[in-house]
Amino acid sequence: MTLLIEAEHLYRYYGKQCAVKDVSFTLKRGEVLGFLGPNGAGKTTTMQMLCGLLTPSSGSIKINGVDLSANAKTAKQSLGYLPDTPPLYKDLTVQEYLHYCGQLHGLSKTALLPAISQAQERCGLLEVKRRLIGQLSKGFQQRLGIAQAILHNPDVIILDEPTVGLDPLQIREIRALIRELGQSHGVILSTHILSEVQDSCTHVQIIHQGQLILHESIAGLAQFMDTGILQVATRLAPDTDSLAAIPGVLRIEALTATHLHIHYRLSANPSQALTAAIIAAGWELQELTPLKKSMEDIFISLTEDKRP
Amino acid sequence: MILTIATREFKTLFISPIAWSILAVLQLILGYLFLKQVETFMVLQPKLSAIPSGPGLTDIVVPPLFGNAAIILLLVVPLLTMRLVAEERRNKTLPLLLSAPLTNSEIIIGKFLGCFGLLAVVVLLITIMPLSLLLGGELDMGKLFSNVLALLLLVAALTAAGLYLSCLAQHPIVAGIGSFGLLLLLWLVDTGTQMRDTRSAWLDYVSLLRHFQNLQSGLLSSVDVGYFLLFIGGFLLLSVRSLANLRYQK
Repeated sequence: MTLLIEAEHLYRYYGKQCAVKDVSFTLKRGEVLGFLGPNGAGKTTTMQMLCGLLTPSSGSIKINGVDLSANAKTAKQSLGYLPDTPPLYKDLTVQEYLHYCGQLHGLSKTALLPAISQAQERCGLLEVKRRLIGQLSKGFQQRLGIAQAILHNPDVIILDEPTVGLDPLQIREIRALIRELGQSHGVILSTHILSEVQDSCTHVQIIHQGQLILHESIAGLAQFMDTGILQVATRLAPDTDSLAAIPGVLRIEALTATHLHIHYRLSANPSQALTAAIIAAGWELQELTPLKKSMEDIFISLTEDKRP
Repeated sequence: MILTIATREFKTLFISPIAWSILAVLQLILGYLFLKQVETFMVLQPKLSAIPSGPGLTDIVVPPLFGNAAIILLLVVPLLTMRLVAEERRNKTLPLLLSAPLTNSEIIIGKFLGCFGLLAVVVLLITIMPLSLLLGGELDMGKLFSNVLALLLLVAALTAAGLYLSCLAQHPIVAGIGSFGLLLLLWLVDTGTQMRDTRSAWLDYVSLLRHFQNLQSGLLSSVDVGYFLLFIGGFLLLSVRSLANLRYQK
């Protein structure tokens, strides 16, 4: 089976700044790859390179076995792309717009209309198909952007933050759609929301400051999620050094003198030892709450793991 | 593929009021100028008929009409071309074209033809005016044809140059001002040389106006046609290059 995407040693410089640094990965049919990273990590740049919008400073990209730089036209035939801002013409109706997109991707006249109605149905656009795009709400515009990307049934679907601007119900629908698409296509989506990746992806790839720091299946991700944060408040300022010495505590972040964020290992939960230590020292514990897991925890556990 | 983009571009112009307003304004001004020329001919007719092989109806009406049309189009074409690529970049719709299986030349030629299509309609409407004189008079068809050809080549050249500036500029208005400046410069570049006795052959050759007037006079010279074709081809090539450069942006 040919790999749908093979990216090898991609580098991209903006001036002297390196936005993407030595990124290599592959995508197979049936995979949904989540591209996870904070804002400005290089997600969009990487995706733009995959779609031929930006030329990599060095490295090679193959789409469906075809080299993107040497044979761009053939390679792009297997691509569907939703940019971070959906590329919509506000003067057109939904139907006209999808018609144009289909023609641009070389759909034949007979294939065009069934493809349009299928895409409209999948993205819930049937009720608005005669409306002008400029008058649609943000949620509908985003869905139309997705419809445009899947219209010509491409092998590779690349979605840059597909659920931005959607309400929770629509997010659920779109995630279900992505899972469904993932069964017969290869999908890459980018997001900065961890739960989105856990919900709809089979693989996850974390990019941080332009570098891939993790490429794992979702099951493999769990083992990296061994960290959590405790929010601790005391009345008197505690001595952070003595708290950091407690086993299980990874790092202490002092928000103010009396408010701390304590990063800890889930497998060695230090809550009891912390409580005991604070009370024994007479700092008067006022609050100790575990915070919801965020991507930051994974970053911390990843960087912790890399330390000798 | 080229036709898909061209048709879309052409239709987009007619969906918005842009095309309609331009057609209406041009038709109003040129209709007025056409009638003025016909009136001039009516006044001059008795004197003209006395001159053996003097200027006829076509000479009095057609070249001034097409000459005026050329100057007005010099103002109008930048307004049409400025949005071609710059607006797509601004509205972030360009990724749709760039990620579709299209080459840069297909995008550029499609855009060029779509915009040229509207201008061809303008030229057609202008041509109908002198043709209406056939109802009561006779026209020198050869001369009319060379005027139509001259105007078509001119608007194609203006469109190509405007398209290039639209690829360069981030903002449509900047593209509009830039192409208007460039075209006006190329139009007027030989005016200074006419003052002196020795005319600069070089500036003469660059001037759009000179080649346009040569064609208008009914003299179908390959130098003038070649100049326009090179002009169009050159700017289209530059546009393709500048579109390709977007992918290398720093």
